[in-house]
Order: sequence, then C-alpha cells, then structure tokens
Amino acid sequence: MSLLAASKLSVHFGGVKAVQEVSFTVREGEVFSIVGPNGAGKTTIFNLVSRIYDTTHGSIVFAGQDITQIATHKVAELGIARTFQNTELFERETVLNNLLIGCHIHRKTSLLEELFFLPSVKRQELKFREAVEDVIDLLDLQSYRDKIIGSLPYGVRKMVEIARALCTRPKLLLLDEPSSGLNPEETEDLSFWLEDINQDLGITIIMVEHDMNLVSQASHRVMALADGQLITIGSPQEVQSHPQVLRAYLGD
Amino acid sequence: MEVLQLFISGISQGCVYGLIALGFVLIYKATEMVNFAQGDIMMLGAYVAITFINIWDWPFYWAFPATVLVMAAVGVVLERVLLRPMIGEPHFAVLMLTIGLGFVLRAAAGAIWGNEPRALQTPYVGEVLRLGEAVIGYENLAIIIGTTVLCFLMWVFFRFTRVGIAMQAASQNQLAAFYVGIPVKRMYSLVWALSAAIAAVAGILTAPVSLVDPLIGFVGIKAFAAAIVGGFGSMPGAIIGGLLIGVVEQFAGLYLPPGFADMSAYVLLLVMLVIRPQGLFATMQKKKV
Repeated sequence: MSLLAASKLSVHFGGVKAVQEVSFTVREGEVFSIVGPNGAGKTTIFNLVSRIYDTTHGSIVFAGQDITQIATHKVAELGIARTFQNTELFERETVLNNLLIGCHIHRKTSLLEELFFLPSVKRQELKFREAVEDVIDLLDLQSYRDKIIGSLPYGVRKMVEIARALCTRPKLLLLDEPSSGLNPEETEDLSFWLEDINQDLGITIIMVEHDMNLVSQASHRVMALADGQLITIGSPQEVQSHPQVLRAYLGD
Repeated sequence: MEVLQLFISGISQGCVYGLIALGFVLIYKATEMVNFAQGDIMMLGAYVAITFINIWDWPFYWAFPATVLVMAAVGVVLERVLLRPMIGEPHFAVLMLTIGLGFVLRAAAGAIWGNEPRALQTPYVGEVLRLGEAVIGYENLAIIIGTTVLCFLMWVFFRFTRVGIAMQAASQNQLAAFYVGIPVKRMYSLVWALSAAIAAVAGILTAPVSLVDPLIGFVGIKAFAAAIVGGFGSMPGAIIGGLLIGVVEQFAGLYLPPGFADMSAYVLLLVMLVIRPQGLFATMQKKKV
C-alpha cells in the first residue's frame, strides 16, 4: 500500500524550475532514498512534502489524505517528521528538553490543568518521559541526556534530531542527508539504527543521501533526480548502474 | 527612614518600567522585532480602563480583567494586520513601523479622550500603609503586589503550560517548532496578545499614581533602557533592570541636583553598556555568522 504518493510535483521559483513533474510513491514500511547531484531538487522535494514550500503544480497524498495545501504545523500531527541537512534543534536546551518537546502534539491536558500542575499533568509528563527514555535507549543517547545541544559534537546533534523526530511518533520519517558530517564509524552505526527504526518501530523512511554505501545498505528503493527531473526509480543496484544516473554524476 | 521610603517608591516605579520592559523582551525574543509602541500600548490600556471605570461606571474588579482582555485582542489585531506582513523585512523598517504606530496611538488617544490628564478611579486610592516611619500608598502597594503576582503567573505559564513552552520553542527555532507541530504564526499573535495584556496591567497599575494623558507612553523609553540593562532577551532581567532604574531614579532625584533624576536611567544604561554590554542576565548568544 502506498503511504505517500506525489504526482506531477512541480515547483517554480520565479523562472527557476527546481522540480518538474516528479511523480513517485512510497510504500508503507519501506526505506526510500532520493539521490542526485547538487541542485537536483532532492531537498526541495522534502520541503514540498513537509510544506515549507507551496507546490506550483501537482499533488501530494499522504495516507489517503491530500496534504498539498495543509498548514506547516499540521504536518507533525499527520504523522510526518523530518530532520534537516544542518540540524534545526533548540540549541540552548538540553537533549532531554529537545526530545520532550517532540511530544508536544501528544499533550492533551488543558491550560488550567497545567497552570495548577494537576495529577493528570504529572501522569502525562511521566508517560512522555518514559517514551523519551525509550528513544534515548534506542539511539544510545544516555550519556548526553542533560547536555546542552550547543555543547555537543555535530554527529550527536544529528542523532538528537532524529530522536526528536521519533518522539513525535511519526508514520513517515524524512531524513535530509543523515550521514553528512558523520565519520565512517558513526555512519555505520546510523545504518543499523535506520534498520531498527524501520523494522522494529515500523516507520517508513524517505532519505536524501549522498553516501552510496549507506544508500545501498539501507534502502529498498532509490529514486534518482537530476536538474529537477526524475531519471529513474528502482533497486539500489538498478539505479547505480543506470546510464543516465552515471552521466548525471560523472558528466558525459 | 528616608532611604527606605525612597527605596519603596523606587521599587514601585521600577515595577512599571519592568512590566513594559517585559513586553519589549517578549516580542523581541519571539519575533526579533523591537516594538517601540510598547509604552503607547500601555497608555491605551490605561485609557481603556478609564473608559470602563470612569465613564461607563463598571466596578473596578470587572473592568480590570475586561481591560486586559480587550488589550490582548488589540495586540492580536496589531500583529495580524501590521506586523505579520513585515516578517522578513529589514529591522529598521519594522522599527519605523512601530514608532509610527506609537504616533498614531498617541494622536488617536488625544482625539478620543482629550489631552488633559485624567485620574483613574480605583477603590484603593488615597489609603496608606505604615511600615515603621515609612509610608506606602495603597496604589504603590498595588503596583508592587500586582507585578509580583504577574511575574509568578508568567513563570508558571512559561514553565508548565503546553502553550507557554510552545512559545519558547517557536522563539528559539521556528523550523524546529513547526516540525514538532507548533503553529508558529499563532504563537506570534499570542506573544503580542501577552505583551499587550502585560502593558495593560502596567497601565492600570500606574494610572492612579501618575495621571493618564496621551504622552505617558514615553515612559517606554526608560523601560527600553531597563530591558537593555537587564540583558535584552531575559525576562527576569527586564524586571530587575526596571527595578534598578526605578530605584536609582528616586535616589538621584533626592541626592543629586535637579534634572539628574530624568537622566539617571540613561546614565545607568551607558554605564552598563560600557561595563557589561551583554546586560545583567545575558541570554542572547552572539549570532553565528
């Protein structure tokens, strides 16, 4: 069953056609990678799906619902979480607080209950804390729990951002270059964690990634783009040996 | 005893500076805009209260929350209509807009309520509390108590409530806030509502002490100094900065030649900028380049 279906997706910035008529579907439970040279429109597609940009033409359907026009802050509620190429975290807060705010959409208590910190609020906080601890365990972040983000190395920040995305309990996780800035060892860990997230938590993953090793290890299907246009969709091997993909990367 | 007396008056005046400064800081932290009409919004709040109490004869304890609600709504409208379209525009454009807004509000207030000073009728005016040899007017006491209660409420709000925490998140990182499901633009409206409501409280509290005329909003300039002294961006800093300026002003008024009282806030500001440019409670990090 397809979880996300984009049809004839286009976006123009003035005269620049960043993405042109790209159609693809992502099946529930798969890891779907988007590859392509710089400027191919990979991140732009993420920004369309997560509603930072308005699509010029085309539509995006998520879990049977048209999300082409919804408000940006509704994306999380629908079950889509994302990370950014250069991490967008609350830098002056601790790892724990960053993850707890990931639970924001699941807070159900009212303002009055919260002002008086009633038992219902306390119970809810405890529940969130447990959920957050599960994510911390999953991604091995125990030793950073109370550290301020600003003081952490880049590789850890990237993991914290993935952790926060998981705290929103998404159905679909969009990862924008998860391995950029990671050392080879961290990248290897990442590929195991992606497997855990995908198989144990049952979360569908779309990632933009340059590291072809990681792409072929982790993903079921790959979509290749160049200059805003779709080249091919297929298994990692198929895509890597596709003549047009080779040309896009290596030139003629 | 003179010292204690001066100190108490200073604290009470400082609370008003602090509350207006709090409005500056809230808006700046959330939207990176400086709202120079903050003092004039306080003036408007005082006039709304005068309309409810003096003109329409509403009981004070009803008129108080009603004024706060009306001003919160005014804050939302200002944000939606004037400031939202300015997101992404240069800072000085926003600055000019809010300065202009201040002019409009002053002129409008003069046209509606007249330019002669008016006193807000309160149930507690004229009574005093004796502390040893020091005497505190109930209206000054009301300022101090009102500010304390408000600060406590704000602390609880930002510390424990979903929407308070969401506001902080939206002010720290908009993109991140969007993707944990926070309606960032609605938070901006709420921040304006909150700071207009705080300004309204400051207006009602100060109205019995200093008479209300369309120009009382200029006290906002001192409050701006207070916000900087506190470390622009820190909420406790805004209150402490306000108190500091209030107290210094009172002592300068008595012990220094005439004229120094009005100057003292800015002298304090300059001294602070030389000694500790980041302010008392520096929370802002240097911008990354």
